[in-house]
Amino acid sequence: MSKKATLAWRKQNRSMAGNLVIFAILAILGVFMALPLIYTIVNAFKPFDEIFIFPPRLYVRRPTLDNFVLLFQLATNMWVPFSRYIFNSLFICVVGTVGHILIASLAAYPLAKHQFAAKRIINEVIVLALLFTPQVTYIPLYIIMSNLKLIDTYGALIFPAWQMTLGLFLMRQFMTQIPDALLEAAKIDGASELRIWWRIVMPNVKPAWLTLMILSFQQLWNQTGGSFIFSESLKPLPTLMSQIAAAGIARAGVGAAVALVLMIPPIVLFIISQSSVMETMVNAGIK
Amino acid sequence: MGLIEDIKKNKASYLMIAPYMLLFTIFTLIPVVSSIFISFTNYNMLQPPKWVGWSNYIRLFLSDKIFLKVLRNTLIFACLTGPLSYFMSFFLAWFISEFNPKLRAFLTLVFYSPSLAGNVFFIWSFIFSGDVYGLINGWAMKLGIINEPINWLQDPNYILWVIIIVQLWLSMGAGFLAFVAGFQNLDRELFEAGAIDGIRNRFQELFYITIPQMAPQLMFGAVMQIGASFGVSTVVMALGGLPTREYSADTVVTYLIDYGTVRFEMGYASAIAVILFIAMLLTNKVIASILRRYSFD
Repeated sequence: MSKKATLAWRKQNRSMAGNLVIFAILAILGVFMALPLIYTIVNAFKPFDEIFIFPPRLYVRRPTLDNFVLLFQLATNMWVPFSRYIFNSLFICVVGTVGHILIASLAAYPLAKHQFAAKRIINEVIVLALLFTPQVTYIPLYIIMSNLKLIDTYGALIFPAWQMTLGLFLMRQFMTQIPDALLEAAKIDGASELRIWWRIVMPNVKPAWLTLMILSFQQLWNQTGGSFIFSESLKPLPTLMSQIAAAGIARAGVGAAVALVLMIPPIVLFIISQSSVMETMVNAGIK
Repeated sequence: MGLIEDIKKNKASYLMIAPYMLLFTIFTLIPVVSSIFISFTNYNMLQPPKWVGWSNYIRLFLSDKIFLKVLRNTLIFACLTGPLSYFMSFFLAWFISEFNPKLRAFLTLVFYSPSLAGNVFFIWSFIFSGDVYGLINGWAMKLGIINEPINWLQDPNYILWVIIIVQLWLSMGAGFLAFVAGFQNLDRELFEAGAIDGIRNRFQELFYITIPQMAPQLMFGAVMQIGASFGVSTVVMALGGLPTREYSADTVVTYLIDYGTVRFEMGYASAIAVILFIAMLLTNKVIASILRRYSFD
């Protein structure tokens, strides 16, 4: 049946009252979600005297770029050039995310679709690991990193990101939905497992790995390097930003500007990947 | 069949998993296992760990009153924000899935942007700021609801609720995205078949057709949600400090961070982590068995 026919069936099953309730819920929750972000954006453009008035305003009367100018001045006066922080962040995010998607989905395919002895136990272990609080593995992790000479290198942030259980678990969950018939057809045509993974499985779970791309990028983007990165020239952007924002009340406006600058890249990436998700669904191969 | 023969027979499968498992063993498995070991020792990171058996666990439950308090807080977060966030993200994803692609993308962005924006939740400390310049205080006073500012983030009567609100605001996370993607992956023919077989409204459609198909995403969302609601910590520390006044909003994780990074009692901190892990594990088992009942296989 065509897509239009589906829509016709669906319309029949939707009541007007139900639609109204849904719109109301979406509107209320949408306002609740958006207001704090709008407040952040508005504060970033407020001149100093407007930040401290009573009662606080949700809009700005005399918008100014002062906060951004001040932020820019602070950032250029650092002894490590500002561009270096940007490079660090982008490098860690891109290499971390791409590596994670490739390694995790390569492993997820056999875990979802093949039969072999170790499958059950590996699947169990992955779920268990997902539930373990990362904060406490911190000390053993540090010891391991220092033995591998990873402390104070990009590797300290990138390699752990490649094996986040989140990605493997997400990819595996989506891959179980691929029909076996599709894979068997490819096998009969003589495709190798690697080829099946790359040419059939990966295109069919595009929404999943685009989701994973967003999640992984976002996690890496917000990483500060913690106590694995010491040299200033290797630190990612959020450390610099938090140093600037930490200067306290006098910099309340700059703090909002920093938040705004930091939230732009993940949001842009999200918008781009969203549109590709929709594109995939329009040309969806299997369903 | 022995493992060696199995590896020989399924060489391709094992080879594909190998890179991931190697990294996973180094950066997750070994640290987790060693932290379980550390929980049975006294370890201050300067001297080598000293084996003390169950004493960390005994101390936790029998003589640490604060632990029972943070455990209570954690359970409040887990029982309130956990199910609320889970159902909210599922239903929002479902509502959104019915719109045209453009509107769907926009609404997804609106609901997901709080989690997307990373550290932006610090804005809540301005909204709930304890002076008259805080958004809530300022307007509540202006409108005559209260006469003097309430110290939202310090007063033990309020802070727990403030954090619940912020946590809900942040809760459209990985699970929500997986739901949105999952709703787009559904088998359309089943809906047509369902309509022919007499499905009359959207709820019947949801229960008989959609939910059984979404089992993998529902499971993923549940696991992520368990992690998020038992792991509440960043928001608590950012808004209330470490520790919060009278430990009124501290959770097991902030308590763990307190012992691990401030007092350097690694053995005790690890014991706290193991208890948390067990609690999450049990919750996971319960939820998995419930979800299994609703899925196709």
